[in-house]
Amino acid sequence: MSHREAAVIMKRELRAYFTSPVAYIVIALFLVFNGFFFFKDFFYFRQAEMRSFFQRLPLFFAVFVPALTMRLFSEEKHSGSIEILLTMPVTTYDAVIGKFLAGSVFAALSLAPTLLYMITVIFVGSPDPGPLLGGYIGALFLGASYAAIGVCVSSSTKNQVTAFIIALAVNLTLWLMSNVTVFLPSKLRFLEYFGIDFHFQNIAKGLIDFRDLVYFLSIIVIAVIAAVKIIDERKK
Amino acid sequence: MISASNLTKYYGDFRAVNNISFSINEGEITGLLGPNGAGKTTTLRMLTCYLKPTQGTILIDNVKTSENPLKVKELIGYLPESAPIYGDMIVYDYLLYAASLRGITDSEKKIAEIALLCGIREVMHKNISELSKGYKQRVGLAHAMLHDPKILILDEPTSGLDPNQIIEIRRLIKEIGKRKTVILSTHILSEVEATCDRVIIINNGNIAADDYTANLHSSSARQNRIIVKITGADYGALSRTLASIDGAGPVEELHGGALTGASVAVSAGKDIRPDIFNAVKENGWTLYEMALEQQSLESIFRQLTTGGENHES
Ligand SMILES: Nc1ncnc2c1ncn2[C@@H]1O[C@H](COP(=O)(O)OP(=O)(O)OP(=O)(O)O)[C@@H](O)[C@H]1O
Ligand SMILES: [Mg+2]
Repeated sequence: MSHREAAVIMKRELRAYFTSPVAYIVIALFLVFNGFFFFKDFFYFRQAEMRSFFQRLPLFFAVFVPALTMRLFSEEKHSGSIEILLTMPVTTYDAVIGKFLAGSVFAALSLAPTLLYMITVIFVGSPDPGPLLGGYIGALFLGASYAAIGVCVSSSTKNQVTAFIIALAVNLTLWLMSNVTVFLPSKLRFLEYFGIDFHFQNIAKGLIDFRDLVYFLSIIVIAVIAAVKIIDERKK
Repeated sequence: MISASNLTKYYGDFRAVNNISFSINEGEITGLLGPNGAGKTTTLRMLTCYLKPTQGTILIDNVKTSENPLKVKELIGYLPESAPIYGDMIVYDYLLYAASLRGITDSEKKIAEIALLCGIREVMHKNISELSKGYKQRVGLAHAMLHDPKILILDEPTSGLDPNQIIEIRRLIKEIGKRKTVILSTHILSEVEATCDRVIIINNGNIAADDYTANLHSSSARQNRIIVKITGADYGALSRTLASIDGAGPVEELHGGALTGASVAVSAGKDIRPDIFNAVKENGWTLYEMALEQQSLESIFRQLTTGGENHES
């Protein structure tokens, strides 16, 4: 594995995002949805806060990130360009990490316009900086984890719609694990720790705990390794 | 330069390539020839480290593909079947991307050189998805040659091109082949005759023939046929007479026309036309036509790849 190759692949993918209308549409939808909720709270409840934005984010990203990552490998498998990519002097790791980084960076960039909310909140109220900072740091990890899952799923199919649906299902399962455990018998409550929302909300409180970071990093590492295995499976 | 020994490739239970071995010398242009589904693409994909052989080893410039695929991929320039290159980029950006992925330093100069060589200068700022098939193929070729590889592997480089472009690309391959080792796959025989020094005919995953194109023409295993058309006898009499001539092979009837026609097989290098002429004269028949029909590479290919007699190389 080498940094240069992964970086070149990442740059190409980011460029592809900015030349395709799909990415803009997805970002616009993301902003419209979030903006709607944010300004509803703002004008209707006269509340200027980002807590509810961060509360919704794990669910929103669960839908939004797969829409960004679905094409990363599926499109290459569909068009056959993956054969050119993998016969250049790059390892499968370079390819997977390059694409994973592109998805994560693009998810992070899509958060940039929401800094506007933050500015609004800072001007209007006197927010505690911890949760704001924690919220954004958590959002980066959240986006990267979903992106890793999305890349992994995308590596397994030629069909982008299938890639989207499966990644969405995986993300929602992770999300639900944090949110349905209240209905489960207490013996099963431990499942909450596997839920993504649980860890995100911990960080978004402004407490950056080693264990929460380990959770996100494990998702990323497992998904990346799985993607490499899936792609190398074709060689057999 | 390239040596493959006992290559076998299974897709699940299906054996696409069956224990083939060949070696290719530096500076040769080799054609991998075979009908659809013969295993050409599979073989090339194993050479380029895209697929792992189920069995067997491949040495590229003395590097084992299984041990150092990165090194092998650096040595090879590869044009996959139908040049599947990214549609969402302009040609120039695509080549620049490939150059930086390969760590080429003077990429602008390299791209300019290759663009000139492959005749793509006028499409450098077009979107790849908008290119015609021929230009896309050329961009794929430019991509394959960008890093000045020692070995060029081209999977059906001329498929889908118009006749002018076919000639152009073949000329280009010959030009490149003066300095590099080239393997190309095709199912067009004339392509091999026109461009390759050497041909490996592959069928059902087996090597059916492996020889220099020049030798294939004069190979003594080949059979020619002599066409004889006469009047004065029926086919039965004619065929008995022809078959009795020393050196004649099986006789077949030729239908059509008022003449009695037969075609008789003879091995190449043996000419029995004088004997036929004498036999016809002795019988008092009238000879209207006698012609030696050299077996074309086309028919050798057909014979080798449709389960004909000669299956071993
Ligand atoms: N990924 C795959 N999975 C299963 N079978 C495959 C796969 N790829 C190829 N095959 C089969 O292996 C055989 C050889 O295929 P290959 O693509 O190597 O043929 P080819 O000589 O390149 O043919 P063509 O001239 O049509 O390109 C075919 O029967 C094909 O159906
Ligand atoms: Mg093929």
